[in-house]
Amino acid sequence: MITEIAPAPDRVASEPARPRRKRRAWDEVPRWHIYLPLSLYLLFTLVPFYWILLFALRPAGSTSLVPWPMTFDHFDKVWNERAFATFFQNSVLVGIATLVMTTLVALAGGYALARFDFRVKKAFMLALLCTQFVPGALLLVPLFEIFAKLQMINSLGSVIIAETVFQLPLSMILISGFIRNVPASLEEAAWVDGCNRFTAFRIVVLPLLRPGLIAVGSFAFVHAWNHFLFALMFLSDQGKQTIPVGLNTLMSADSVDLGALAAGGIIAAVPVVIVFAFIQKWLITGFSAGAVKG
Amino acid sequence: MAQAAAVAKPPPPPRRRRASAAPRRLPYLLIAPAALLMLGFIAYPVISVFYYSLQNYNPTKPWRNGFAGTENFVQIFTKDPQFWDTLTFSAKWVFVEVGLQLLFGLALALIVNQTFVGRALGRALVFSPWAVSGVLTSAIWVLLYNSQTGITRYLADMGIGSYGTSWLSDTSTVFPAAIVADLWRGVPFFAILILADLQSVSKDLYEAAEVDGASRLKQFWHITLPHLKDAIVLSTLLRAVWEFNNVDLLYTLTGGGPAGETTTLPLYIANTSVDAHNFGYASALTTVAFVILLFCSIVYLRLSKFGGEQK
Repeated sequence: MITEIAPAPDRVASEPARPRRKRRAWDEVPRWHIYLPLSLYLLFTLVPFYWILLFALRPAGSTSLVPWPMTFDHFDKVWNERAFATFFQNSVLVGIATLVMTTLVALAGGYALARFDFRVKKAFMLALLCTQFVPGALLLVPLFEIFAKLQMINSLGSVIIAETVFQLPLSMILISGFIRNVPASLEEAAWVDGCNRFTAFRIVVLPLLRPGLIAVGSFAFVHAWNHFLFALMFLSDQGKQTIPVGLNTLMSADSVDLGALAAGGIIAAVPVVIVFAFIQKWLITGFSAGAVKG
Repeated sequence: MAQAAAVAKPPPPPRRRRASAAPRRLPYLLIAPAALLMLGFIAYPVISVFYYSLQNYNPTKPWRNGFAGTENFVQIFTKDPQFWDTLTFSAKWVFVEVGLQLLFGLALALIVNQTFVGRALGRALVFSPWAVSGVLTSAIWVLLYNSQTGITRYLADMGIGSYGTSWLSDTSTVFPAAIVADLWRGVPFFAILILADLQSVSKDLYEAAEVDGASRLKQFWHITLPHLKDAIVLSTLLRAVWEFNNVDLLYTLTGGGPAGETTTLPLYIANTSVDAHNFGYASALTTVAFVILLFCSIVYLRLSKFGGEQK
């Protein structure tokens, strides 16, 4: 998900939802032109979700199409026997650490890009964009060697650093866009009132960046939570692994325990679903707000 | 993207703050953490990949290690059918995936951009697979394609397809099966981005078009599509790069099989380095993949005249 750059319409990050204006032309769309394709697509979206719930909740061997009688045995099994409790903890740690590091580092860099002209700025921007073409997956071997030298193999730190690094460029581009949308004059007014740069930033700019920061932070979290290869490569100790690796282990077993796999999948999905529900309303505005706007 | 660098804040702010020396060093201090991280964990690995690509380097066969010159590259282009096979598959995968994702994403964005009852819920549900990981997507579709209890069995009950084989283990069905699984997760990405961009189309344009009696199709063609163009060009490009590079889904869903049928170039590279420990050769393959990606991206941006009209 590193590569998600949004288009760049001209809006300010903090602008409230625009008042709904009547759109006469488009209001004439016949209702079934909306509901029919939408329902079909929803079917495609929701059946897989239903399917995994079904497998997670019905007893092993059942072929019923409703999860009844309902059982939580599968959850019990993955959580305790298959060590998903540990994986979950590790994933939470990786996700939150990545979120914090990405946001802080990107905020500092984004501010510099938005508010200063300095000598290497152009080169730095170009480097940021170039990283979008660098596939983390293809750098596994040199990255492994670096972390081996740093004695960080089998430590969550390696995964946190790797996730942060690949999340940074896009986050920084986005955040600098958000900051640019906050008029510099607001800050300057605060300086005149005696604030130093940092305080002015903290009281004037930071509150206005909230929607954008929430979007960037959630991407970082979701990305780190979901990503698989770094954890697979850098963490060999079972007690250190994360949820995606645990799911992969379940899937690559000789005879796949479908119930356990489904329950593990649900455990993997819960945090991102919560984050998603939380940021949903910021997603569209956050994206349309700053993005790659120049 | 040139605009990003050329942005100097609209009217240059009065430079009265030059009094102290701090601001001069401040921007460098601010970008330092990011720059150091990227130097250490992106730039350095990239350089070492280039370096290894000119070496024979295999930790399990140390007696052969050493400078190889262009040997690896000659091997890739002349003696490695697997390179061409996986490259072809990658191209096919990216092309079909991105094309279909764009098509469905655009349609979906246009639909949920309308005003209708239940729109908020509809949007949330439609976008939800966006947050789901590649591995979880695989897990879900493994359950769906499973031959005993998957949805394919119920389809077979209705006379669609046959019993007994998973769509993922049959060479004739594995491609569409994998494509559908990745679409499920990929379409929301385009839908979200395009919907975001649709928010900024001026409503006045539609009203004017309406007055002039333009049909909805014409409005779409002459107003909506041109407005979306840059967003579409950029998101398809980024998505294509992402689809090309991403290995989570195919690695866990098919493992590149059956019979190497769904092995992309990056998967082949991963196998070469991780399983065969042939780091030198894998690095050369990576270098080739970089160059191909970069070349295709430049051609694509040129052909689509990205950002052309506004500047």
